[in-house]
Amino acid sequence: MTDATQETSGPIVAADGRPLRQSLNRALRRQKIRALLLIAPLLAFIMVSFVIPIGDMLFRSVENQIVPETLPRTTALLGDWDPDLGEPPPEAVFAAFYTDLVLAEERKLHTRLGSRLNYENSGVASLFRATGRDVGRFDTDIYTDQLVAAVPDLEDGAKWAGWMAEPPVRDALPQTADAYDGWAQMVAEVHNADPVTRQPADFVFAALYRDLAAGAAPPPPLDVDVGGFETVSIRDQFAASDPKWLDTGVWRTMRAYAGPLTNGYFLNAVDMMKSADGPRVRPENERIYLTLFLRTMKMSLVITGLCILLGYPVAWILANLPLRSANLLMILVLLPFWTSLLVRTSAWKILLQQQGVINDLLVGIGLVGDGSRLELINNSTGTIIAMTHILLPFMILPLYSVMKTIPPSYLRAAKSLGANDWTAFWRVYFPQSAPGVGAGSILVFILAIGYYITPELVGGTKGVFISNRIAFHISSSLNWGLAAALGTILLVMVLVLYWAYDKLVGIDNVKLGG
Amino acid sequence: MKLNRLIITAGALSLAAGMGSAESHMSNEMVLVSWGGAYQASQLHAYAEPYMALHPEVSIIWDESSPEAVAKLRAMNEAGNITWDLVDVEAADSIRLCDEGLAMEIDFDAVLAPGDDGSTPTEDFGDSIVSECFIPQIVFSTTVGYRTDMVGDTPPTSICALFDLETYPGKRALNRNPLANMEWALLCDGVAKADVYTVLATEEGQARALAKLDTIKDSVIWWSASAEPPQLLADGEIVMGSSYNGRLFSAIAEQGQPIGMLWDAEMLDFDGWVVPTGLSEERLARVMDFLYFATDTQRLADQSAYISYGPARASSAPLVGNHATLGIPMAPHMPTDPANATNVFVTQYAFWSDYRDDLDAKFQTWLAQ
Repeated sequence: MTDATQETSGPIVAADGRPLRQSLNRALRRQKIRALLLIAPLLAFIMVSFVIPIGDMLFRSVENQIVPETLPRTTALLGDWDPDLGEPPPEAVFAAFYTDLVLAEERKLHTRLGSRLNYENSGVASLFRATGRDVGRFDTDIYTDQLVAAVPDLEDGAKWAGWMAEPPVRDALPQTADAYDGWAQMVAEVHNADPVTRQPADFVFAALYRDLAAGAAPPPPLDVDVGGFETVSIRDQFAASDPKWLDTGVWRTMRAYAGPLTNGYFLNAVDMMKSADGPRVRPENERIYLTLFLRTMKMSLVITGLCILLGYPVAWILANLPLRSANLLMILVLLPFWTSLLVRTSAWKILLQQQGVINDLLVGIGLVGDGSRLELINNSTGTIIAMTHILLPFMILPLYSVMKTIPPSYLRAAKSLGANDWTAFWRVYFPQSAPGVGAGSILVFILAIGYYITPELVGGTKGVFISNRIAFHISSSLNWGLAAALGTILLVMVLVLYWAYDKLVGIDNVKLGG
Repeated sequence: MKLNRLIITAGALSLAAGMGSAESHMSNEMVLVSWGGAYQASQLHAYAEPYMALHPEVSIIWDESSPEAVAKLRAMNEAGNITWDLVDVEAADSIRLCDEGLAMEIDFDAVLAPGDDGSTPTEDFGDSIVSECFIPQIVFSTTVGYRTDMVGDTPPTSICALFDLETYPGKRALNRNPLANMEWALLCDGVAKADVYTVLATEEGQARALAKLDTIKDSVIWWSASAEPPQLLADGEIVMGSSYNGRLFSAIAEQGQPIGMLWDAEMLDFDGWVVPTGLSEERLARVMDFLYFATDTQRLADQSAYISYGPARASSAPLVGNHATLGIPMAPHMPTDPANATNVFVTQYAFWSDYRDDLDAKFQTWLAQ
């Protein structure tokens, strides 16, 4: 209907007198809302329990808040420092870091930050721990003593609070105001005390000295002449705690990870690292992830292949036996499904170990010597054997349901037309069962690629998958960012493979049944 | 990972009467985290069962997560939900947890029982108090056990037998973390006992230890629960394996397995409780009540009747007697017995508390390669 006809004949109206178009739209809308309401509980459930948590987890692969939040003063200054000069950062950076570290230590955040940076530069965790213990005892108390000697009121927390509330003072003494604010907030939150009742910590006095030495002119009585003061180098204090603070390494790491977002986890997940001149490959003794990804792919392919080899004949027999015996066999196929995964895997341990059932049997019948028992477990062989067994039903079931639909008369027809057994099978039967092979392979491969518990138990060190590493980072090293990055890469890999399969074979050719 | 939770509910209802209002402010459920197996059983018999006999209203849930206690407590803290009440950890882990604010600082003399001989808890525990958060229970050692029938006529006498594949062919079981392994590797690579930790603090020293471990890497089964090596020894899967001395004692004395102890370079360490920070008042009150009871002189001595670990209190030492069921004297099986302690290697928990994260990362990467 065009506007022109509407103009001439007027809108068509429904029974209730409204224009038909309006009425129709409204009915459609109502239908949509009803449909939406029907799926709303499921949608909400999926959003809350699946999409949001996974999204949050994946976001962790780029999130890096902890560094700028714990070291706000240091990260702000570090950008101006050029690591390629080979010199440690200037005194100002050390001074800012001193303030940050004291506050972090009081909040017990320094060890967490150390662990975070240790993911990138092994050795930082111990450095932060050791210096965290020393930082409260730095010799900066000489500033406190000298300043208090000049202005006795500086011992009074209430006076400090008063000065720090005055804009002229704050403007004249920016570092002091910043350090005082950090200290006051920390005292209130960590010690549950009113800062008014306490003398500020040494690092606040050190900041005041720095402001005054830089020529600040605050209102009296704070306008102390610090020209003749005894001084202490904060850089030397850090160096005395651990000489590693004079290396550029730890500062490079802090500088590279100063931002709230980072690609460091993803680089790490492909055996690379951030450096001053862009990403570069890690040293050989730190490379593991590409090996693991490759191993996961290779072994999953082998397992899928073995499942096809072992599953195809079984499915064929199942599909061609009389119903009664087929049901019995089907129960045997399903039986492992009803047994706990852990129990099945542990059973493989008993069977496969060197003093285990299979080796005993082989030695008993003289196939292998007692001294040369086969190593079937705690390596990749163990993983392949156990996982092929565990994933076999996922191959047999789709194969069976597809083979069930292939009429046996086709094979007979092929033979009666002169085909031999092999030709009849390969040219007639197999192409019709291919959708089942496709479905089974996708299922088995995708399950295998993310498998974790079986490789963990029987894989030793040479038979573990990338998922074991993800589990390790989730539950042991707590490097959730790296785990998230590895998980994201794994997910993308599966999607790419699925896409490639769709292009090559066509996803319409995959059948789970009928 | 074992998530095997053993729930024990109290019997002895007759005692329930009389437990009055004084305890109503205490939580009646307590989650204790320990190491599972023979060690956890000894804690159950020596501490938990007698405590529950006195307080039948209390139920104790055991969790065998001590091997990954630090990681789990960090994760719980991150999630803001502490589900554990009392956690059994090694000395070095207690320092780490204390530094990170995940374990509570303890005023020893105020919350623990004085010794039977009248000494204050601080004096009685002495050097075993390694951090302000650590309530010591036992002295234990990490040592090596070997199959007596698989080593021929020359049972190993040196820790370096671990690295000697020619004289002692076969698989070994070692801990799936750097503890003890790194020290032994350096010792057998020719580093003097006194220098081990100085060397291990350097990049080169760490590489050196891993290089030494590389020589046997293909012959090692890595364990994550200390109950695994005694089992592997019993099955004849390995010729020797490291474990805690009490675990090996159980396999030898209680199960009669053909296993010998190689006490050489045994790594002495302390084990004890930490209380997680952030417990509610009711839960904390219950934990403190339990701690006072479970760490007194008699209880610590009682534990040594079930497993061959030395009590951490000096006043408990004279009370160490015979095994609870076998009746054999326990003293000769203690890691500190002069006959066993001929070549002791004292674990530097301060080193491990600082370097554990670094070395864990390196070690696990090395393992995965």
